[in-house]
Amino acid sequence: MTEAAWIAGALTAARPQVIGALLRYFRDLDTAEEAFQEACLRALKHWPENGPPRDPAAWLILVGRNAALDGVRRQARHTALPPDEMISDLDDSEVPLVERLDGAHYRDDVLRLLFICCHPDLPHTQQIALALRIVSGLTVAQIARAFLIGDAAMEQRITRAKARVAKAEVPFEAPGAIERAERLAAVAAMIYLVFNEGYSAGDAVMRAHLCGEAIRLGRLLLRLFPAEPEIMGLTALMLLQHARSPARFDPDGAIILLDDQNRRLWDVQRIAEGLALIDKAMRHRRPGAYQIQAALAATHARAARAEDTDWAQMDALYAALERLQPSPVVTLNRAVAVHKLSGAAAALALIAPLEPRLSAYFHFFGAKGAFLRELGRMAEAQVAFDRAIALARSPAEASHIRQHLDRLTQDSVPAPP
Amino acid sequence: MHYAILCYNDEDVVYSWTKEEDDAVMARLGTVHERLKTAGRLGPAARLLPTTAATTLRKATEPFVIDGPFAETKEQLLGFYIVDVESLDEALAIARDLAAANPGGAYELRPVSLYLPDPRTDP
Repeated sequence: MTEAAWIAGALTAARPQVIGALLRYFRDLDTAEEAFQEACLRALKHWPENGPPRDPAAWLILVGRNAALDGVRRQARHTALPPDEMISDLDDSEVPLVERLDGAHYRDDVLRLLFICCHPDLPHTQQIALALRIVSGLTVAQIARAFLIGDAAMEQRITRAKARVAKAEVPFEAPGAIERAERLAAVAAMIYLVFNEGYSAGDAVMRAHLCGEAIRLGRLLLRLFPAEPEIMGLTALMLLQHARSPARFDPDGAIILLDDQNRRLWDVQRIAEGLALIDKAMRHRRPGAYQIQAALAATHARAARAEDTDWAQMDALYAALERLQPSPVVTLNRAVAVHKLSGAAAALALIAPLEPRLSAYFHFFGAKGAFLRELGRMAEAQVAFDRAIALARSPAEASHIRQHLDRLTQDSVPAPP
Repeated sequence: MHYAILCYNDEDVVYSWTKEEDDAVMARLGTVHERLKTAGRLGPAARLLPTTAATTLRKATEPFVIDGPFAETKEQLLGFYIVDVESLDEALAIARDLAAANPGGAYELRPVSLYLPDPRTDP
């Protein structure tokens, strides 16, 4: 690991904390981001000369804050004095910085920064883009690539989203317990969105990048809120799903289903970390949707071969998830477990009532087609698979259904006499 | 004489490494390990999961469990055990037994992600 790489890593790691603190000082996202940029430039100059500081985040906050204050003062000579609220705590600049960083301030800083990106008026794609830009520090070009749109369009999208959140007036006081819990839930959902954006990305580099970033944010939240079982569950869920990524695609980029994956390619370190977090979460006896989904992923991870999967356990977990968070998609997933336990007829009966609500859902018709084929109802299976192809969102999804259709055609060919 | 060499680094940075970067570091370390093995100098070694996976047993009259790593600075690291268990609960049960025998301080339980057995006894 070279020094330059170490510094780049340290700057990325410190980013949420530093921008969160600078945002508290200046109450303006652009000022906070510019101050952070300036601090990073100075770090690149000073750290190689003087060695890295003991606490890089504290160093960056102090330097960034002073740089931004210089800027404000310079401006003040040309224009009117800045409004007082712009520099919220100039007076106590002698308070030792270390003391401020130790405080509970800092976790609320990071939470606030993440929470700002979860504004309910922002569509999901904009929440993700904003978080990746502000919290993770990805470049506009990198984010544009993840969303398969042009740089200029993404730039515009992020600028609009920023303008929207600037007007939102998220309070800067430390939140109360209930408000903090609400923020935490919103932020967890946003992090999982980032993860899913990565998980479903066709491009392998982007997949690793976004999934890795979401896991990093999960660990960050976990360090700030170490006793929250749902944050343990979320982080475990992402680790266990991402652990499968080396086995999820064939060399042509087509999806390999769980049953057919080479499980030796799964990442054992990520699995170990995911399982350890589930163990921790279980001790709290406060089940939640992320914990149950993590337990589902863990049940797959524990099976050395697909046929070793504990389907009764899967069915029980899906049933628990249905009770906690009723949704046709959860029932559809449960049908896969029911199929393994009780056969295609039972699974088909379970999903039949879901069709009106899942009439635009690719996976519904994929599963329906597979169950029908197994029951020998080839013509109906064909209709379901055609429907699935029409609904596919990626070439990988479509090509996966085409494999089913090919098999269907082979199955229907009468055996030669 | 045995020495324990304790490895410290910024976990944020280390866990931001890509798989390729991580593999490269492990490969370089592997070369050093081989040399030490040949010289008969290497005992068991372990790589730990990040502190977010840690649980701490605080040894009070009634020991209690805290999520997260041991964060106090007034106590010092004085030793460690490696135990082979099925679950965190089993590890905590062992830690409670140890606590009863040796009160005061705390035990941090950190899952091991990579365990390299003693090459002198497990060739």
